[in-house]
Amino acid sequence: MNLAPTPSKAALSESGVAISVRNVTQRYGEPGARSSVLALGDISLTIARGEFLTLLGPSGCGKSTLLNIVGGLIEPTQGTVTVHDTVVRGPLPDRIAFVFQESTLFPWYTVAENFGVAFKYRGVARVEWKDRTMKALSSVGMETFADHYPSQLSVGMRQRVNLARGIAAGTDILLMDEPFAALDEQSRMVLGEDLSVLLAQTGKTIVFVTHSLAEAVFLSDRIALMTARPGRIKTIIDVIEPHPRLPAFMLDSRFSELRNECYALLRDEIREAMAAQSGEGAR
Amino acid sequence: MKETSSLPARAIQLAVLTIAMGAWFIVGRTGAISPLFVPPMDAVWRALASLVQTDLFWSAVRTTLATIGEAYSIAIVLGILTGYLLTRSRFLTQVLEPIVSGLFAIPITLFFPLFILLFGIGPASKVAYGAAYGFFPIALNTIAGLSGVDRGLLNAARSMGFSRLGTFRHVLFPAAFPVILMGLRIGFFICFASVLGGETISSVSGVGRNIALAAELMEPARMYAWIVVVIVTALILNTLVSGLENRMRGF
Repeated sequence: MNLAPTPSKAALSESGVAISVRNVTQRYGEPGARSSVLALGDISLTIARGEFLTLLGPSGCGKSTLLNIVGGLIEPTQGTVTVHDTVVRGPLPDRIAFVFQESTLFPWYTVAENFGVAFKYRGVARVEWKDRTMKALSSVGMETFADHYPSQLSVGMRQRVNLARGIAAGTDILLMDEPFAALDEQSRMVLGEDLSVLLAQTGKTIVFVTHSLAEAVFLSDRIALMTARPGRIKTIIDVIEPHPRLPAFMLDSRFSELRNECYALLRDEIREAMAAQSGEGAR
Repeated sequence: MKETSSLPARAIQLAVLTIAMGAWFIVGRTGAISPLFVPPMDAVWRALASLVQTDLFWSAVRTTLATIGEAYSIAIVLGILTGYLLTRSRFLTQVLEPIVSGLFAIPITLFFPLFILLFGIGPASKVAYGAAYGFFPIALNTIAGLSGVDRGLLNAARSMGFSRLGTFRHVLFPAAFPVILMGLRIGFFICFASVLGGETISSVSGVGRNIALAAELMEPARMYAWIVVVIVTALILNTLVSGLENRMRGF
């Protein structure tokens, strides 16, 4: 399987390509060795500027690995990733920002200091720090918590701050690795709505990793469904609905149709992944 | 330790000390235990009062404090450096950490004669001895602290373009700090004890040497006077270290 699934022609010609993944393979350990694991098998993917693409797949399918490869945190065994025509060989802090789970805020710094230290290494001029911090914090409704330590905030509030830190970086590309995984379902929904509004305003290119079907359908322009390990792109589903997405979209019949379609396609992969995992456990 | 500063806790601490001192006083008066082992309190007090007026006293205290200072500085630098280098890769930590902790189990006292042979009978051998003892808890706690740092935080730092120094300063060090601080504290008191112990075994100067000398000359009051000096010094240093620790924790 070597076809590169591309976004609709219209989207591409309007805005161009933001991220291009070519034949990326990731293997851990020496090939042939018993401990060798093929995590990703030959992935090709093109992501348009301003697009919201979700990687959806069973746990262990390598979606986080793929995201880390796109962001330059992991070097792939084979294949290349290009971001705006630059080949990715390491982190690109001025072009790509990651949003991980909320626990990646530095607990020994206040919210504002967390922003400051991130700005420092991204090369943002010191005079802009305060302004950009407050702007990003108010966009998630957290502007009154600048001097709080992360431990003084709830999980949901921390994730708002963490999201704001990623947005404040001012990069064109945002890579989000299960950012809402630590949240309860209700906070997830609310934060998802906020995210959709925020992103519609900023026009960033987003790659989002999740295993929540509802989250994927609600937020994405396209959903890349991945197979069980070794992770490959099984198929790509388009979600045609303007941003910002409103809660009403969740009640739309298309929403549940798309969600069911994703589930139907993933079911076998999830079973396979579970069987592989229990097999590993027995070994 | 906030809870121990309450009034009843302080009162109990004072009472325990008073009872111990009272017991000493009574034992000294009644002669229930030979004054050779427990000299009367007032005799110790007189010995101490005359001791602090001598030049010998102050030069011995200076020698010992300088020796401890040097030994501890070496232990800190080598301990933290070793800890940092050994945690640069998971493989390195797995292979070398057991060697460091295995070496710590060996009583370094056994090699004390070797330290005398190598560095002479002067303070240098005690510096080396104290540094060798103080090194291990500092190195081991640095390893434990640095290798326990959350990978997620390191990944986040890398994605934000942190330099190597920036990662150490903003992530590794603050994350490992409480554990390293514990190592520094344990290392300090081991250093303190081994310098004094070394001086007692074989030395030409210092507080430990004078304690041993007083014992050899059958001057228990004088010996206890020196011990009182050590205890007071330890208490002062402990207060200083705790104060420093609390201040650093608050950053």
